[in-house]
Amino acid sequence: MLLLTCPYCGVEADETELTPGGEAHITRHGAGANDDDFETYLFMRKNPKGVHFERWRHAFGCGKWFHAARCTMTLEVFGTYSGQTFEPPKTLINKIKKKRPDWEGFVK
Amino acid sequence: MSTRLQNGGRLIDRTKQIEFTWNGKRLQGFQGDTLASALLANNQMLVGRSFKYHRPRGIVAAGPEEPNALMGTGVDGHFEPNQRATTTELYQGLTSHSQNHWPSLEIDIGALNSKLPRFFPAGFYYKTFMYPRAAWKHVFEPIIRKSAGLGKAPTHKDEDTYEYFYAHVDIMIVGGGIAGLAAALTAGKSGASVLLMEQGVSFGGRAITDGVEIDGKPAATWVKATLAALKKMPNVQIRTRMMGAGVYDHGYALGYERLTDHLGPNQNGPRHRLWRIRTKRIVTATGAIERPLSFAGNDIPGVMLAGSLRDYIADYGVSAGDRTVVVTNNDDGYRTAIALHEAGLNVPCIIDPRGDLDGELPQKAIALGIRVENKSAIGKVKGGKRVESVTLCAQAGEGGTLEEIKCDAVAMSGGWSPVVHLWSHCGGKLNWDTDLAMFRPDPSRPPLGADGTGFVIATGTANGHLYSASVLKDAIAAGKQAAKDAGFKATGTVPKASDEKAAPIAAVWSMPQGATYDLKSKTFLDYQNDVKVSDVRLAAQEGFTSVEHAKRYTTLGMATDQGKLSNINGLAVLADSLNKEIPQVGTTTFRPPYHPISFGAIVGDARGELFKPIRKSPIHQWIDDNGGDWEPVADWRRPYCYKQQGETVEQAVTREILNTRENCGLLDASTLGKIIVKGPDAGKFMDMMYTNMMSTLKVGFCRYGLMCTENGFLSDDGVVARLSENTYLCHTTSGGSDRIHAWMEEWLQTEWWDWKVYTANVTEQYAQIAIVGPNARKVLEKLGGMDVSPEALPFMQFRDGKIGGIQARPFRISFSGELSYEIAVPASQGQAFWDMCMEAGAEFGMQPYGTECLHVMRAEKGFIMIGDETDGTVIPQDLGLNWAISKKKEDFLGKRAQQRSHMTDSKRWKLVGLKPVDPQAVIPDGAYATDGTTRPNGVKNMIGRVTSTYFSPTLNHAIAMGLVEHGPDRMGEVIDFPTIGGDIIKAEICDPVFLDKEGARQNV
Amino acid sequence: MKRYSAFAIAREAFRHHAGWERAWRSPEPKSEYDVIIVGAGGHGLATAYYLGKNFGITNVAVIEKGWLGGGNTGRNTTIIRSNYLQDPSAAIYEKARSLYETMSQDLNYNVMFSPRGVMMLAQTQAEIRGYQRTAHANNLQGVTTEFITPERVKELCPIIELGGPRYPVLGALWQPRGGTARHDAVAWGYARACSDMGMDIIQQCEVTGIDQSRGKVTGVQTTKGAIKTKKLAIIVAGNSGDLAKMGGFRLPVESISLQALVSEPIKPCMDVVIMANTVHGYMSQSDKGEMVIGGGTDGYNNFTQRGSYHHLEETVRALIETFPMVSRLKMLRHWGGIIDITGDRSPIISKTPLGNCFINCGWGTGGFKAIPGSGWAMAELVAGGEPRELASAFGLERYQEGRFIDESVAAGVAH
Repeated sequence: MLLLTCPYCGVEADETELTPGGEAHITRHGAGANDDDFETYLFMRKNPKGVHFERWRHAFGCGKWFHAARCTMTLEVFGTYSGQTFEPPKTLINKIKKKRPDWEGFVK
Repeated sequence: MSTRLQNGGRLIDRTKQIEFTWNGKRLQGFQGDTLASALLANNQMLVGRSFKYHRPRGIVAAGPEEPNALMGTGVDGHFEPNQRATTTELYQGLTSHSQNHWPSLEIDIGALNSKLPRFFPAGFYYKTFMYPRAAWKHVFEPIIRKSAGLGKAPTHKDEDTYEYFYAHVDIMIVGGGIAGLAAALTAGKSGASVLLMEQGVSFGGRAITDGVEIDGKPAATWVKATLAALKKMPNVQIRTRMMGAGVYDHGYALGYERLTDHLGPNQNGPRHRLWRIRTKRIVTATGAIERPLSFAGNDIPGVMLAGSLRDYIADYGVSAGDRTVVVTNNDDGYRTAIALHEAGLNVPCIIDPRGDLDGELPQKAIALGIRVENKSAIGKVKGGKRVESVTLCAQAGEGGTLEEIKCDAVAMSGGWSPVVHLWSHCGGKLNWDTDLAMFRPDPSRPPLGADGTGFVIATGTANGHLYSASVLKDAIAAGKQAAKDAGFKATGTVPKASDEKAAPIAAVWSMPQGATYDLKSKTFLDYQNDVKVSDVRLAAQEGFTSVEHAKRYTTLGMATDQGKLSNINGLAVLADSLNKEIPQVGTTTFRPPYHPISFGAIVGDARGELFKPIRKSPIHQWIDDNGGDWEPVADWRRPYCYKQQGETVEQAVTREILNTRENCGLLDASTLGKIIVKGPDAGKFMDMMYTNMMSTLKVGFCRYGLMCTENGFLSDDGVVARLSENTYLCHTTSGGSDRIHAWMEEWLQTEWWDWKVYTANVTEQYAQIAIVGPNARKVLEKLGGMDVSPEALPFMQFRDGKIGGIQARPFRISFSGELSYEIAVPASQGQAFWDMCMEAGAEFGMQPYGTECLHVMRAEKGFIMIGDETDGTVIPQDLGLNWAISKKKEDFLGKRAQQRSHMTDSKRWKLVGLKPVDPQAVIPDGAYATDGTTRPNGVKNMIGRVTSTYFSPTLNHAIAMGLVEHGPDRMGEVIDFPTIGGDIIKAEICDPVFLDKEGARQNV
Repeated sequence: MKRYSAFAIAREAFRHHAGWERAWRSPEPKSEYDVIIVGAGGHGLATAYYLGKNFGITNVAVIEKGWLGGGNTGRNTTIIRSNYLQDPSAAIYEKARSLYETMSQDLNYNVMFSPRGVMMLAQTQAEIRGYQRTAHANNLQGVTTEFITPERVKELCPIIELGGPRYPVLGALWQPRGGTARHDAVAWGYARACSDMGMDIIQQCEVTGIDQSRGKVTGVQTTKGAIKTKKLAIIVAGNSGDLAKMGGFRLPVESISLQALVSEPIKPCMDVVIMANTVHGYMSQSDKGEMVIGGGTDGYNNFTQRGSYHHLEETVRALIETFPMVSRLKMLRHWGGIIDITGDRSPIISKTPLGNCFINCGWGTGGFKAIPGSGWAMAELVAGGEPRELASAFGLERYQEGRFIDESVAAGVAH
């Protein structure tokens, strides 16, 4: 059972308090988008074995959506951060790079 | 024979005799006995039958690792199969039965299998029973199934109760031996909150049984003092009869506490308590389990683990036999010989495959005059339901008998395996220690917590330390480490303990070394599943060389003990067969729980009424009291209809429809979702959420709206009201309120976070009551307080005010086609308002109606229902709802998706009405339409399906709605709906609005 | 290949079973094959088998990173059924189910297919309508199912509690020829048959790269060296993303964990497979006597294959409502399997943007029951280069077209 800290209310929350929301930092392609972009937006996912940036909602807590960086192989959580940003904070990226020198880095 | 000794037994109280029954026999034991020790005291060594061959099985162990002594205990609602006799504490009146035999334990027909084991090698199932084909299902499988399984299935509802417990502690320590106690003391002194759990009833573990001295005194003295010190610490909780059941990600763990099992049935309070624990560090001081040795006949009742045998002497004052041969590949086995000797029992011989016996314990045994044979082995054990003798042979040979030694018990020790289960559950890795012949935790590869650091610390024997001095040192270090990791500072001094100087263990995996096939095929690895050395060798021979393959092919380690006794020995045999080292073969995965836990405990008190609490509208109780026939709708209950005396459900529904259409009906619509959307950008936001243009809706007006997913599919619908310039009220379906509210929040928070909009789910703040029918207005006028005339409150508008003295907001909307007001009142006033309506409506024929009436009336009007006309694959365009899709808006959720080629395909099935040619023939729910052609793969070509189908009492005609290929272009055509019975119902394609197309009934 | 039979066992019994051969050979890879299949799970081995059996293509290697059958083939709850709603699903699952009927004889390996019947409980009005719809569709699709009354449910499964209280049993969709099979045996049986046809099953060999030239596959790089091939079939479930990346294309696939558990074995008490979708649980009794229980999925990307306790707690609660006797049994073991799910939760059997490279993945919670049908359809695709009837709807292009195969329509989850 995962444990994630909600960056809004500061609560270290059990997985049962949270709902997962899949890969983070996906660009919405709406009306007018071409077929490839629209398909990518809806379906194509990185599904990495390793560092994954993802969305969570503190659904049974403060109700806020936030972001987390988590390893899908070890389930280590590198950090959580605001849901209202287009990319992970630099400090977090540096922290992950330090821990995982082989990591390819954040790719939008 | 096995019997109770005159003296000894530190856990039993000889002044308190307990009566129990076993297989119908009345027997006696003492307070503190386990069922196993009591059975042994009554000379009952034979306690069960094995799984495959139904071979006689005796008690092997004294703890939870026991594979054989599984019993059915209790009766009726307290019956439980597969209880380990070794962990079942005796209580007055305990009823128990042995398992897996017919007609009796002594004479078991199934044991015929054991006469022919050569015909049942590993994997024999896969090689036979294939011909003729039908025979597997009808002949072979029933036989195999009947002979499989262990205990009987319970037949009664569980009469016990269970509960959960939540604990948040800094440090959880599993195991109450000297390692666990020392770690707990160290961690406790640091100020960290500590939870110490012991699966048994007493603390100190093997150190007490084996007479260890700590700080110059018996271990028991140190244990007592340490416990006393721990009990004084307010930050330390201590629990017995509580097992560390599982370790999960991020420091989550389960503790399984058995509260009343030792007291018997009908106790006050729960039987089991499942602790759900969050902790920063877990210290596993779970000790070790002794391994059997592999020699022919090692499964005959009377062959036991050496350590367990001396447990029975020390803890329960029970001897397993009068003459016990000890066979061991390590010094620890000698303790048993010495304990037996000291208890005045006969040890005819200690058999040891090792050459040099210069350890202190062997020397002591020799000095006591016990015969010790080195470089020796057991050729085979003789006996049927009880050991009669063993043959002595050279370990180096093929098993030729040198001498036959009469005995009635054999104590075996193949060395000790640390209990690494909890370490491994969450990914902790192991190293093979060749010197100690054991897998032990690799501290550099622990299970990782949320922060990426190891959160489990194995210590003591569980960490591979077999001697008390190093155990204590390791445990103090573990306590310090855990405290430090949890943010505390710990100090601690290591108590002094002394251990006998020991000679190294000899890794003997087969006895004798060159055992013949005949011996190997009688040498058991897994006692319960009847897996023999020859089976593992056969698996290797046939290419099942991965440990996972071999395990699955032979079923080694898949019994109820999950390989606690058999895995390492099996692994060693496999490695040997492949000419590999043990670490190259690897282990199978350790899965939780450590030891089986009751499903009752997993469920706790979330059963019956508490399984899933029902969401209730303010009118719920009234409905329940007035004939409401409930159906589950999402988390709610809604009345399908209100049954009056003597009515069938169908009659009730018909009455409700006709009455509502002719007079007046009252519907509890409180379950409809109600969401407020508010803010300067509310209009912009509403335009994205709905396919319709909502920003142009005037204050005081209502509009029916559709919501789609980004995939274009229709997901919800409902009436939107604009309460003020900046405020909208969105109605959703009953099942949709939480989902849609979350959906709105997701978009607001994660995509359009710069838009100034707030949402609030106010579903439960209001009761919503629909007054429907030609007399609706009369009822409201009688209640008074608001002008509800067509001029003051026209169709698709709402007003705020008071009706009958209650704050109310009537919406002039209609889901039935009748004159209708849906009136929202504060939830607390809901029942009062409902009562008022019923009373005022009495003279106008007011009757409550349920969901089925609602469904039929809306189908008569051709209104769609989310979940009937939609199923997650339907887009609004399929339903003829293009009028609700704004062409003016640049974007809305689902717009882009609806432009994809499959979404614009002209062959998509479209909504039509269906009028059965036979007016009485209702098309069955879910029926498909066919055109009489067959597809290349033999499937009958389907051209549409019914989505809603009813008999309309209003029209006295069966009606339906459905999706049909090119449907709207085929008005008047008759198509076929085959039923499952083979009949065909013919129906004419028509407009889906069956009643009052012009809306004359509602616009009055 | 030495035939397996009761007579063979009797013969071997008298010579200490010394005559049994390896079930499959363990060769070193050749330098080139006509077809390389990556992944020796059920689907990969079945594909190889039908390539040989139906198309005579036997110069085939099946390359496996770990041990054959070591993925989801060996850790699922072994349910076999074909009572799917949508035409493409019903067709491929029914093909699979019918192949299971004769698999033991086809492979000369007893996979213990047990057509004991599969029942999906209807516990809400919506479920009744959904399953009645499925029954109608199945009737036309040639899949034998029927919607049965609660009384019939009780007759087929006496341990069930019909009354609720929360979710009463209102009926069920019943497929009498659905059932279970011995999962490991399916992989082993196919492997033995493939090996016998001369195919090479190469275990402990990881693919590290895909070689291509002018948009077409030419071979693979592996931990046992480079191997050339004319065609490549990627059938690696949760590892599909890695292989696709090597091939230079993307997949609409994510990996999540699915929970399962077994009880201690008890004497037979339940002769059918029961699925309850409203409460997310399903249960059957294995031939060993264990109650095999499946539950929900974690909603997040996960490759750990560990059990997640709180999910099975929900499953067990629900099952005890429907089967009260379960309360007095004990959980023996629980685990997680990594399932690969697609955008519409239906599988992909498809050509890829890379020439002569084919993919089969995305079976989600429904992989085991599909193995023979999936292998059959994939063999058709690999042999002919184009999908035939069975696979035609499962192409990758459907996501761009918006042409989904959505099975959640009739039942909340598809297991």
